[in-house]
Amino acid sequence: MELIDQHTKKIMEGCKERALNAGLRFQDETLEYIVTNRDLLELSPKLMIPTLYDYWVHDVEVLKEKGRYELYPSNPYETVINTRPAISFYNDNNPDWLNVLIFYHVLAHIDFFQNNLYFRHTWDYDFTGQALSDKRMIAKLRSEKGRWVDYVIEFTRGIDNLAGYHDELSRLNRPPVTNLSKRLDFYFDVFLQSIKKVKIHDYIKEIERYNDCVKKDVERGERSFFSDVRRKYPEFDAIFKKSLQEKPKHEIDLIQYLMEHSDFLKKDENEWMKPVMQVVRKTSVFFQPQIRTKIMNEGWASYWHEKLFLQDERIKGHEVDFARTHAGVASLPRVGLNPYALGMHLFYYIEEIANKGKYSIEFRRLLDAYKRDKFDAGTGQGQNFIFKVRENLSDFLFVNTFVDQDFITRNKLFVAGRRLNKAKMVWEFYVKSRKAEDYRKMLLDTLYHPPHIEVEPEKGKNKTLYLVHRFEEKPLVKEFIANTMMGIEYLWGGPVQLETSEVASVTGSSTPTKEEKKEPEIKWQRVLYTMENRKLSKRNISSV
Amino acid sequence: MDHKRLRLYNKLKERGLTPEQDQRILSELYDERLHDLPDASQNSVGPGIETFPHASDSIYSYNDLFTLQHITALQSTYSLTLHSIDELLERDKKRKEDGFPRKINVGRLIKPGRGGKDKVVVIPSTVEEKFIHDSSLMPPEEGGQSGGTGEGEEGEVIGEQPVRDPEGSGEGPGGGEGAPHEMESSAYDLGKILTEKFELPNIKDKGKKRSLTRYTYDLTDKHRGFGQFLDKKATLRKIVETNITLGNLPDINDIDPTRFLISPHDRIFRVLSREMDYESQAMVFFLRDYSGSMAGKPTELVVAQHVLIYSWLLYQYAMQVETRFVLHDTEAKEVPDFYTYYNSKVAGGTKVFTSYRLVNEIVNKENLVRDYNIYVFHGTDGDDWDTDGKEAIPELKKMLTYANRMGITVAQRSSGSSTKTEVEKYLEASKLLTEKPDLLRLDVVQEDADEPRLIEGIKKLIS
Repeated sequence: MELIDQHTKKIMEGCKERALNAGLRFQDETLEYIVTNRDLLELSPKLMIPTLYDYWVHDVEVLKEKGRYELYPSNPYETVINTRPAISFYNDNNPDWLNVLIFYHVLAHIDFFQNNLYFRHTWDYDFTGQALSDKRMIAKLRSEKGRWVDYVIEFTRGIDNLAGYHDELSRLNRPPVTNLSKRLDFYFDVFLQSIKKVKIHDYIKEIERYNDCVKKDVERGERSFFSDVRRKYPEFDAIFKKSLQEKPKHEIDLIQYLMEHSDFLKKDENEWMKPVMQVVRKTSVFFQPQIRTKIMNEGWASYWHEKLFLQDERIKGHEVDFARTHAGVASLPRVGLNPYALGMHLFYYIEEIANKGKYSIEFRRLLDAYKRDKFDAGTGQGQNFIFKVRENLSDFLFVNTFVDQDFITRNKLFVAGRRLNKAKMVWEFYVKSRKAEDYRKMLLDTLYHPPHIEVEPEKGKNKTLYLVHRFEEKPLVKEFIANTMMGIEYLWGGPVQLETSEVASVTGSSTPTKEEKKEPEIKWQRVLYTMENRKLSKRNISSV
Repeated sequence: MDHKRLRLYNKLKERGLTPEQDQRILSELYDERLHDLPDASQNSVGPGIETFPHASDSIYSYNDLFTLQHITALQSTYSLTLHSIDELLERDKKRKEDGFPRKINVGRLIKPGRGGKDKVVVIPSTVEEKFIHDSSLMPPEEGGQSGGTGEGEEGEVIGEQPVRDPEGSGEGPGGGEGAPHEMESSAYDLGKILTEKFELPNIKDKGKKRSLTRYTYDLTDKHRGFGQFLDKKATLRKIVETNITLGNLPDINDIDPTRFLISPHDRIFRVLSREMDYESQAMVFFLRDYSGSMAGKPTELVVAQHVLIYSWLLYQYAMQVETRFVLHDTEAKEVPDFYTYYNSKVAGGTKVFTSYRLVNEIVNKENLVRDYNIYVFHGTDGDDWDTDGKEAIPELKKMLTYANRMGITVAQRSSGSSTKTEVEKYLEASKLLTEKPDLLRLDVVQEDADEPRLIEGIKKLIS
């Protein structure tokens, strides 16, 4: 790996200038490296982070047939990584015009990394630097503990997709602290809602009553408000006092729970395992936003590389070359999903709609199709609007909010189905639906979505770790359960139980009638897996 | 061909068949397919029909390096991967000692090429297990959905894609071309791995048939007077001998070498000589049923297992292994190379004994018994038109008189009835399995067997 030459670096600096003028925001320093195929061989298993810890699985072909991308939160072939400074990778024989295109693409990615709020937790440190010290720590431990370090890595990686990424984020994106009293917050946020569970109607009445009190007397309004409260709920003061003594509770994920509560890990001779687990968890959390913003991130980068390339006067004359390469990136495939094209078209669409002021109540109130079509408030806020979108949304929200029927119709999108033609022994592709609703559902179904599994300490008896899978109509992959639970058992140092749901029976799919294909009806059965002494057993519990 | 089959069928019918047997035979009888080799350029389905090779890719399979710069990672070789396969397997063995299940599979075993250019490709692979959602709940006829763009009414078919392996041709494990992290290895290496790491046994008795297989050249012969290399010790001894006879050595306790008389003839040299090297050698017959009923998985299993067996024997006999390949439906034929053996498409009916007879004939005609340890491995799905083995058993008995080992693999169709297959039945009836366990082995695998199961099966066949 070596840095790009001065000539190319100069081109990059020119690109930065133009990108900044266009409104992108990113740190000024970046590093660009030339990579060979051989470099990539070592980089790709490490998710392009050159300093990531060593792990033997990186040297083996990892089978991805089952749940391919569900297992890994990152793409192994990124061209730019989210570090400080951001590092990007290039072929050594790219022509200048191609480099310009890629530079814009990379800069838009960096802008996205450094401004999208889902990356908030990665902003304050350099991951490569931290990864390097972690790698050294693991290497040192490996020289002392041998292969047991790899077992700890393996078992922790087995649950790293359950890491509490959203909890981590919410801790950073706290709403601003109100300067109202804690008593008031507690009364309205906790007492009424969680403890008394009052109806919305009554809740609003209370708010009105409070506002009246304050209006009457700014100084003593609150006090008089609570004197009434005490009359109504004599127990309020006691409960409030008690709540003050309780430590603020924050959600912790399975890895954290093990690190805090496992008797096995508390033993002196096992204390070294915790930092290793921490490294695995941190790495997972670091990569989580990447996979949750794939469509947006690639769409944003494609939008900008097109826009900025065509404005760049330095490479005039390469429009045809550009068109050829860009078409490969940004054309919507006849069948299949291309995140670049989808995201880019969606950003263009949003910009246009926002330019006409269509994201407004006035527009939504219009029912006349003709008027809707011709509506143009001429706000010119499109560009601003998409900058806000890039700051605040993830793939789920992006798709769920903006993929509407107009977008589908304009881009001639459809849900493609695949079915077996037994007579010809071919898979037939057909247009399944052109409804926005179906398209959106199909998209959302393809998005990364790890299962939600929590520890329930109350249910675990006799030092058993009790896990509950919050069921979302999708069972877990069965053959992975045993080894994953074995890993948890090792780290926990006692039996582990997992409550989840499985298919009990499927009806209706065996006799498909031609006229009306019924969705097969699935009956679910709640089951409890128990892993004890490295042996797995299963029993049914009350069905759901 | 068809007439012959029909005549056979009528003859069988006269003898009486159960309805089940009848049906099975009929299904093969009207099989119009041919045993040709797959076309190398089999990508296009036909004019006017679109195919979508990447239709099943998700949005996460796109990446910048490839999309923008067309960079793909190099395929790695032994020298490039950090851990050698030995180290990996050593680690895997340790796992077992530590009480955790093994994790490394040896995957994708062979890429047959024409003209003996077979490449055995060993790819160690593994799975990282996690709790993830299972998306494979859909009924098998409905294969998932994806996005699409362009013209077309709802419900309109816009293209098609052949179901993989439409002819059941056994283009099996080669699957993914150009996957990263490939390790190339010779079949010999694979045999070594199988023997050492999967604890396949060594052959206890390689048989007495040794043959002159090669000459080695070494400076071992002695020659007086001239030669290539002076043997100082022998020369000195000769000189002492000569001087004793001449009486030139009066006191053996006080030898003065400077007074020795030296004849030119006393000098002893070493000269290059041809040494004969005897080694055990083996001849392996691979027999494959390529009848119509073998379509798909059974063929894959049989061929994969035969590759493993071949590799293992290659290692055991230190490369001194010759192979012969025989395919059979209702007639048997010998094919020249592994490529043809591996790739010939399935068709036609089944008569197992034809292949046994062919092997017997070959062995007889070429007088192989004198020089070779003979192994025969036969892969079938267990169907046989010769339902009670009237013809197969005598041929088999003849074979067992000379073979070191005969291994039969029955790849059972899981969809078929749970009862035993015909081959199993008549083998059991013949009691050969219990009478001659040293010579004849049977392994029955289910259609969905994986590699570890196959290796397990080999242990059964050869141990």
